[in-house]
Amino acid sequence: MHPAFSVIFLTTLIGAGQGLFLALITGQVYSLANLLAPQDNVRFYAFGSVLALILLVAGLLASFFHLGHPERAWRSAARWRTSWLSREVIVLPLFMALVAAYGLIHYQGWTQPLFSIKGVVDIDASLIAGVLAALLAFALYVCTAMIYASLKFLQEWHSPLTVVNFTLFGLASGFTLAAAFSAWIGVDLVGFYGAWAVAFTLMAAVTRLASLYRNARIKHKSTLQTAIGMRHTTVRQKAQGFMGGAFNTREFFHGRGDGTLKLIRYVFVLLVFIVPVILLGVAWYIHSSWLPLLAFGAQYLGLLCERYFFFTEARHPQNLYYQSMY
Amino acid sequence: MQDPATLSDRDIGRTEVKNTTCYMCACRCGIRVTLRDGEVRHIEGNPEHPHNQGVICAKGASGIMKQYSPARLTRPLLRKPDAERGEARFEEISWDRAFQIMEERLSHLRKTDPKRFALFTGRDQMQALTGMFAKQFGTPNYAAHGGFCSVNMAAGLIYTIGGSFWEFGGPDLDRSKLFVMFGTAEDHDSNPLKIHISKFKRNGGKFISVNPVRTGYSAIADEWVPIKPGTDGALLLAIIREIIELGLYDRDFLVQYSNSAELVIDDPEREDHGMFKRVEMHYEEGCFDPENKLWWDRGLDIAMGTHTPGCDPYLLGEFTLDDGTPVKPAFQLLKDRVEEYTAEWAENITGVPADTIRRLAHEMGVTARDHKIELPIQWTDCWGNEHNSVTGNPVSFHAMRGLAAHSNGFQAIRALGILMTLLGTIDRPGGFRHKAPFPRPIPPCPKPPNSADAVQPDSVLDGMPLGWPSAPEHLFVDDDGEALRIDKAFSWEYPLSVHGLMHNAITNAWRGDPYRIDTLLLFMANMAWNSSMNTERVRGMLADKDEDGEYKIPFLIVCDAFQSETTAFADLVLPDTTYLERHDALSMLDRPISQYTGPMDSVRIPVVEPKGECKPFQEVLVELGTRLKLPAFVKEDGSRKYRDYPDFIVNHETSPGSGIGFLAGWRGKGGEKFLKGEPNPRQWEMYAQNNCLYHYELPRSYQYMRNWNKGYLQWARAHGMTRYAEPITLHLYSEVLQKFRLAARGKRPGRQPPERLRERVATHFDPLPFYSDTLMNKLIDTHEYPLNALTQRPMAMYHSWDSQNAWLRQIHTHNYLMVNPKTGAANGFDDSDWIWVESPTGKVRCMCRFTEAVEPGTVWTWNAIGKAAGFWGLSPKANEANKGFLLNHVIPEELPPCEAGEHISNSDPVTGQAAWFDQRVKVYKAGAEEEKATWPRFKVVKRYPGQEPKRGRWLSYFAGRFGKKAG
Amino acid sequence: MTQLALVIDLNVCVGCHACVTSCKEWNTSGWAGPMSDFHPYDADPTGTFFNRVQTYEVGEFPNTETVHFPKSCLHCEEPPCVPVCPTGASYKREDNGVVLVDYDKCIGCKYCSWACPYGMRELDEKQKVMKKCTLCIDRITDQSLPETERKPACVLACPTSARLFGDVHDPDSEVSVAIREQGGYQLMPEWGTAPANHYLPRRKTRIRIHEDELVRADNPLDKEAIELPDEQGETLDDVAW
Ligand SMILES: Nc1nc2c(c(=O)[nH]1)N[C@H]1C(S)=C(S)[C@@H](COP(=O)(O)OP(=O)(O)OC[C@H]3O[C@@H](n4cnc5c(=O)[nH]c(N)nc54)[C@H](O)[C@@H]3O)O[C@H]1N2
Ligand SMILES: Nc1nc2c(c(=O)[nH]1)N[C@H]1C(S)=C(S)[C@@H](COP(=O)(O)OP(=O)(O)OC[C@H]3O[C@@H](n4cnc5c(=O)[nH]c(N)nc54)[C@H](O)[C@@H]3O)O[C@H]1N2
Ligand code: SF4
Ligand code: SF4
Ligand code: SF4
Ligand code: SF4
Ligand code: SF4
Ligand SMILES: [Mo]
Repeated sequence: MHPAFSVIFLTTLIGAGQGLFLALITGQVYSLANLLAPQDNVRFYAFGSVLALILLVAGLLASFFHLGHPERAWRSAARWRTSWLSREVIVLPLFMALVAAYGLIHYQGWTQPLFSIKGVVDIDASLIAGVLAALLAFALYVCTAMIYASLKFLQEWHSPLTVVNFTLFGLASGFTLAAAFSAWIGVDLVGFYGAWAVAFTLMAAVTRLASLYRNARIKHKSTLQTAIGMRHTTVRQKAQGFMGGAFNTREFFHGRGDGTLKLIRYVFVLLVFIVPVILLGVAWYIHSSWLPLLAFGAQYLGLLCERYFFFTEARHPQNLYYQSMY
Repeated sequence: MQDPATLSDRDIGRTEVKNTTCYMCACRCGIRVTLRDGEVRHIEGNPEHPHNQGVICAKGASGIMKQYSPARLTRPLLRKPDAERGEARFEEISWDRAFQIMEERLSHLRKTDPKRFALFTGRDQMQALTGMFAKQFGTPNYAAHGGFCSVNMAAGLIYTIGGSFWEFGGPDLDRSKLFVMFGTAEDHDSNPLKIHISKFKRNGGKFISVNPVRTGYSAIADEWVPIKPGTDGALLLAIIREIIELGLYDRDFLVQYSNSAELVIDDPEREDHGMFKRVEMHYEEGCFDPENKLWWDRGLDIAMGTHTPGCDPYLLGEFTLDDGTPVKPAFQLLKDRVEEYTAEWAENITGVPADTIRRLAHEMGVTARDHKIELPIQWTDCWGNEHNSVTGNPVSFHAMRGLAAHSNGFQAIRALGILMTLLGTIDRPGGFRHKAPFPRPIPPCPKPPNSADAVQPDSVLDGMPLGWPSAPEHLFVDDDGEALRIDKAFSWEYPLSVHGLMHNAITNAWRGDPYRIDTLLLFMANMAWNSSMNTERVRGMLADKDEDGEYKIPFLIVCDAFQSETTAFADLVLPDTTYLERHDALSMLDRPISQYTGPMDSVRIPVVEPKGECKPFQEVLVELGTRLKLPAFVKEDGSRKYRDYPDFIVNHETSPGSGIGFLAGWRGKGGEKFLKGEPNPRQWEMYAQNNCLYHYELPRSYQYMRNWNKGYLQWARAHGMTRYAEPITLHLYSEVLQKFRLAARGKRPGRQPPERLRERVATHFDPLPFYSDTLMNKLIDTHEYPLNALTQRPMAMYHSWDSQNAWLRQIHTHNYLMVNPKTGAANGFDDSDWIWVESPTGKVRCMCRFTEAVEPGTVWTWNAIGKAAGFWGLSPKANEANKGFLLNHVIPEELPPCEAGEHISNSDPVTGQAAWFDQRVKVYKAGAEEEKATWPRFKVVKRYPGQEPKRGRWLSYFAGRFGKKAG
Repeated sequence: MTQLALVIDLNVCVGCHACVTSCKEWNTSGWAGPMSDFHPYDADPTGTFFNRVQTYEVGEFPNTETVHFPKSCLHCEEPPCVPVCPTGASYKREDNGVVLVDYDKCIGCKYCSWACPYGMRELDEKQKVMKKCTLCIDRITDQSLPETERKPACVLACPTSARLFGDVHDPDSEVSVAIREQGGYQLMPEWGTAPANHYLPRRKTRIRIHEDELVRADNPLDKEAIELPDEQGETLDDVAW
């Protein structure tokens, strides 16, 4: 597939935004359970939410570049019953609204307990919004990933690993960002988020490497033989019916050499998995306030590469029909 | 969006539907043009048209993009005084001025030396008019595309069976069981051929394609026979041998309808050796075969007049006549001839395995013999025998330029004609069928002028510019036997060049050999590109000057509808209309679209207004003819005879009162007559009401065996289609050729070829088909140039004129040299590499593509996709001019100097057919440092005055709204 | 339910591209048009087409088959391109099974094109909406046209009548009969898309001649006075005991 930058930005930005939000709510839950010190409503939760929102909005904006008719984007909620894209389009704004609400609640300090469960756990408005948002965040991972994973003939994508990867990448980058955010505003959660981030990153490494392994060995169900129905071992396309290119040669081909792709793969493995883990470790060790930021920067960059690779990796069966630039 | 099911296309705007005839190619399909708010909305095949039966092709369906092409010329243009030829810097002038310039120049030429005016037309469909104009002007220097196109096909078969493929006849695929196609990629009859091949296959027929390349039609062949180019003659002769050897020929047919049993004098010592033995008999001189020849009767073992009732002649044997003359039946001579042509011999030459050759012969022979067709149609032959049925042998053939465009093509095509004759498939169901006005006498009656006296100031040419010589007396040569036409047609160099040699006209005129001309008028021919051989140098000749600074071809007029490469060299450019803007008559006097069932002609009627100042070339000729007071265009008092072209078409008669005119339909005062009859003032209207065509369906009994069908021949004579109702015997043995051979051998009184040509004529004017290597191969080092280079027509492009078409050019944006991977590997390059293609006379750089669908000794490319930069309304960056290439640069128009002369055309020595496909080349990889672009390249030209400004980055055609402001 | 479709006979398709340009021509000024072209007169011209004809080579010289392969939307019975469309712009008609795009609803997200395994959708880069073969919906449903012309433009154009059109659900239709009797098949059956369009394979006709058919009793050579080989000396007939 041709990697569309709008979609690369969309998925990585909202993935990190969702992850950041999940980190925030995780922090809140932990502190509710007295496992962590409580944090400042405004500085941490409200600003954190704003940061998450910024990522989500940026992602959304990026996605508009993908559309031929962004002014009609509202129409895309119509087919939620069948279309994962439609579902994503519904869940994303809902999630954003809840994140906004969550931030606002914290900002306004509307965090008086509304009721408490068994007198032990105090439930306030932020928690309700947060938990709902967290559910939506997970739903959104699924929706986003299912856009790709549901296309069964894109065999590289059509796998539970896609959903797992999207989720883990979002979590990893979100928690890394949370660590960076904590370090930046001087909150003592760098180690907590850092540890989670490392954990998610390592999990993502396992699942993504698994998918790389899987994809390298995929036996594509469609062949030139099934594509045109000719049973012979040597079938070659000699003309594709046009010579100056067409939508089908632009949208589904990345046009990059094997070398470039290999390089991108090494780069993303390095930047997504190895560099952040080291940087976070070092940061934790030396209490750096900016190294986690660097870790996030590196990981995000890596994720852009990863997503780029994700697209180029997928070999669309339609390409069987467009093999020769005639 | 509105539900399409509730929307009719007609709701979108005001629509009207008009019928006319397509001219996106020469096939002349009937089309229905739908206009919406005055713009062309849709062009579809006319379902009521018998020719294409409603179908259309890729080009026909892209007519809209031709109509609105930015390459269109819209104003008469004059080369700027300070501009050199080729620079394409013009000023707009008025038509008045253009006519004035032409009138001045041409009237002077006509008064002094009319042959200094030359008119050459390319894919012209009105040769009846252009040829007549030349004759009226008095110049012999006229020809159309035939010489560089397929004249071998026309001449080879017309001199053998009185008709041909091409536009003159074809295979009866409706009833055929075996169909063998030689060297055809697309053809003139392209839609009908497609319709019929498909039906044929669906009916279970077997389709064999003999072609070095497998594309297009060959793709759907049941069997592909990859043959080495230029060797079909060998294959055909080996098949003939096998068929004779096994007795798989149709004996009765040969005896009755061919000259197989006729006795040929067989005594090399005699002056009349190789001529038929004739008996004294009175007959009127005419262009037909008098029946004064002999058969040898089996029963009485004596010679008898041919077709003597009860006579059953021998086909084989040798006999001595009472007067001591040793004779042999023609068939015996053929058998002797093919003796050496064994399948094994042919395998070595053609690359086709001997077993395959024999099998092909068996399939043809057995299918013809064992699957006889018998139709319950009664008919009477010329000898008065009544037949209760029409019978036929269901084996049919088709062949085109793959056979024609070689210097040994004439004889190869003769061999094919003879094979069809042996199988008994001429004008019979399931075999070959004629299209009116064919069959014609062998050869047809019109003759070219035959002496320098035929050209006189202020006079009509004595003879037809193009005709059919049947003896050396008909050649157009001077007392030394040298050429009198600028293209040297009808000279001893190419005696039967019945369509001229347009491909040598520019070179000869430039060299002044045989003389200098003054004005060259080119119509519908892109001779600075696609229809010239040796294009790069020919372009140089068009712009070359004398020592005194005068152009060697002093005045060049080009009539084109588009910004072709040739227009750049013009002194005067005449903007023609498109086919949707003009009247045209696709006349019985030229090559009509007759059907097997009877004559059919057709017309074009304008469906849109001409763009800008465009004027139909027909109108230009009528106007010029009137101004020059050419007899056919003026009344006795010298005043204008015809208002315009439509008026001319209705009222012109071939001679006063002949009743024969350009259109055959609805003649007679009220349209009650056909073929012959007084002019009908409402003729155009009647064509318009009848799908723009006139089809006369012959009675079934006249539809077959027309060479010998008494009823048909008498009908044809009565309707002015032929002059004689005499049988047209098939020339298995060609006495016509023998006459030339005898002259060359000094055995015939009268004209004889110049010394240098004696051997050439004696060799190639063999009355029986023979195989010889191509002339080019004999004169160059074939080890140095091991590959044959071919071009083919793509179905979706017409010559050089479709790159301007925004839709079609997306299909063929540039071309590659197609190479067998083995050949590529052997020459050290890979798929898609830039390579050089080099011949002894030139080279081009291009990209290659590997293909398994080509015989390894052959490389090929699509014809004329490459273009010169800046032409055809294209940006100089267009792929056509950078990645595309033109093979013509490596194909010379003249052979290397040889015994026959310094400047012998690279053509068939019999017909002057351009030998495009004889080309030998070598291929090698282009250097890494070389530019990745085609070579040679030419200076980019600017848009012409009157051409549309540059079109934008995108185009969204929507009829009724295109080119108008949105909203 | 009716399912209209094309059946394309590869056995007779000569790759002429008539179906390609007649499709463009009909549709660019019709319900589904215009169909934009980019760089129409410049380098690398490209544009929206609903139908393309491709060429494949099968096997190696001299056993090469050249296959011309026309390709337009297959109007799948289980069209994966429809459910994925978020706006409902992409839909399959209830009445005749034709898969269409409503340009007014389409947001140009291209998702449907990803979901088509066959590469049969093309984004019109000028109008920025997804386009595809409409089966000439505005012709085949136009009651003002004579019945014989209520067929797709490409079908009417095709000189070899390699394109059959009809209802593949009606077992007696021309298309169903052709599929059944001539080995009609679907493209990429592995995806369960159930394309309505089918292809008919290449079929070969051969002639078989038996050795003993070559020369028949009425061989015309018998009519010639061909000299038979001389009698050569003694035979068994000459000996007596
Ligand atoms: N290498 C190679 N060269 C070949 C051949 C080959 O096989 N190989 N084939 C040869 C053959 S068979 C032929 S017939 C020739 C054809 O060669 P040409 O006759 O030169 O054909 P075109 O290149 O199409 O050029 C015809 C000209 O007519 C113009 N034209 C189109 N429509 C109109 C119109 O309505 N009015 C006027 N006035 N002009 C119009 C076009 O713009 C173009 O400039 O090419 C020959 N050249
Ligand atoms: N679409 C389209 N149609 C056209 C034209 C066009 O330009 N475009 N041009 C029209 C004109 S002017 C003409 S003359 C006709 C020509 O119609 P065709 O004669 O069909 O034209 P070519 O493309 O020259 O085809 C020549 C074929 O002969 C094969 N061939 C070459 N050498 C040999 C050989 O030695 N032996 C055999 N057996 N085969 C050989 C080539 O591979 C090629 O397939 O087409 C007409 N129709
Ligand atoms: S075959 Fe020629 S005449 Fe017929 S539709 Fe095509 S371009 Fe027109
Ligand atoms: S129009 Fe018919 S023959 Fe031509 S490419 Fe299309 S399907 Fe094939
Ligand atoms: S071919 Fe593609 S676009 Fe057409 S219905 Fe099937 S999946 Fe959809
Ligand atoms: S591009 Fe248009 S039709 Fe396709 S999925 Fe998006 S909205 Fe639907
Ligand atoms: S059915 Fe209509 S829209 Fe579809 S390919 Fe044919 S002509 Fe084009
Ligand atoms: Mo031609």
